[in-house]
Amino acid sequence: MNEGLADKLYLLKYEVDEESHLVIKDQKTCRDCERKPCINRCPAEVYSWEGDRLQVAYENCVECGVCKIVCPYENIDWRYPRGGFGVSFKFG
Amino acid sequence: MANQGRAETAQEVSGRLEFDVIVVGGGCAGLAAATVCARAGLNTICIERGKPGGKNVMGGVLYTQPTASVYPEFWREAPLERPVVEQNLWILLPDSAIKLGYRSQQFAQEPPNAFTVLRARLDPWFAKKAAEAGALIVPNTKVEEVLTDKGRVIGVRTGRPEGEVYAPITIICEGVNPQLTQQLGMQGEISLEDMSSTTKEVIALPPQVIQDRFHIGPDEGVTIELFGDSTAGLLGMGWLYTNRDTISIGVGVALHDYVNTDITPHDMLQRLKAHPMIAPLIEGGEVREYSSHMIPEGGWRKLPQLYGDGVLVCGDAAMLVNAVHREGSNHAIWSGKLAAETAIEAHQKGDFSRRTLASYYHRLFKEVPTLSDLRKYRTAMEYPTRHRAVLSVYPELAGYAAREMMTVDGASKREKEFRILRQALRARSIFGMAYDGLDALRLL
Repeated sequence: MNEGLADKLYLLKYEVDEESHLVIKDQKTCRDCERKPCINRCPAEVYSWEGDRLQVAYENCVECGVCKIVCPYENIDWRYPRGGFGVSFKFG
Repeated sequence: MANQGRAETAQEVSGRLEFDVIVVGGGCAGLAAATVCARAGLNTICIERGKPGGKNVMGGVLYTQPTASVYPEFWREAPLERPVVEQNLWILLPDSAIKLGYRSQQFAQEPPNAFTVLRARLDPWFAKKAAEAGALIVPNTKVEEVLTDKGRVIGVRTGRPEGEVYAPITIICEGVNPQLTQQLGMQGEISLEDMSSTTKEVIALPPQVIQDRFHIGPDEGVTIELFGDSTAGLLGMGWLYTNRDTISIGVGVALHDYVNTDITPHDMLQRLKAHPMIAPLIEGGEVREYSSHMIPEGGWRKLPQLYGDGVLVCGDAAMLVNAVHREGSNHAIWSGKLAAETAIEAHQKGDFSRRTLASYYHRLFKEVPTLSDLRKYRTAMEYPTRHRAVLSVYPELAGYAAREMMTVDGASKREKEFRILRQALRARSIFGMAYDGLDALRLL
């Protein structure tokens, strides 16, 4: 991950849930996806391509909602984290 | 919580959690709606998925008149940053800027027209006001589903055990990702044309340094909207606002354009921060926070159904943002207030049907500028998409012209004008400019 970004995400407060609130519906669709816009459009580098899978580092998510919209195949089952979980901003 | 007594009574009476009004979302719209409902004596619950203020981000500028319409004289006690006395628009070129600004002493006279704000500080104050009015604010609780009975909204199901809450009217203020509004079929699929993605940093600087760099006093603030090179030729804009001891700086790009680049949102912001016109302003500052949020751009074209049987939709969830004018928080507060007034009226009539709640739509047109502004600006974003020259060619041309006219190099002014015209024709043909110009007239 971009080191500058990693340091900045560290400034945020996260309550990390046991399960991811972001779920890839079908990994095969990601394998066939050429552009994979989720990877570069995510402001928190949640998505990365590792070998033959799309990895989802949901613990970094800042809950903006861009990924589900840019995915060309509607392949992300997106929801907000459970109540009380996820990111908290100190400034906003 | 101030309203504990009433909530317990509600539960005893019917064996299930019942309120007069449910408000979903504790942001600008939701807390305004909850405050106005509670003040009218309605048993009100406001359900927020994060802790108060924890999940909201804004540029951000708060406008006084709309805010005062719900929180009179709020500026005396609300945690605000700086009153805005000067507003600027810069067109950035790679190594230069064309600057336009307006500063007025009138802006600082009480009450100031607008303030810079930080939402994580401001929202808890809004929540406090709502609670003082008698609303029950329930944080860290997510509404999973809106409950309906034969198409009529009767309440919500939260993630808590036995988490169903009932009310004859639900006001949805869920923010920019309209999950529940879509669940109800009141909003369609959101596409790339409907949203922009913004990235923001809050950078710490001593107040005196901010005041020296921006030529302001301790109780004065500045806003700068940044066009042109701030978005590397993509459709969008950046901004820089002064807070008390921090700077808010960010950049947003329309999603349908953002997918055309590999530049990440983080890198787009670092690029802006490194711009020669920007870097000196934040020099020596320390990043205190990094965040990202979407701004709804769909506006009039993508307005959801704003009302239904037992339900109203406010704020970002209702696409009530005029991004061209940096206006979202005002429309959120206005719509929350008007939804509350509609709910109050519905309670008086004992009728929560679509037909009664339709008055909300009319209020949004007649009592505040929200819908009429959105309608006026409905094609605003189409213009730069169709005429990409305004994003790079014209700013470059303007920079060329400014530089040419301001440089004394022995050439006559007539010669300089000729050079500018020649440059213009090289950059954009006469037909191109005519096309851009004529279509621009239609915007007015």
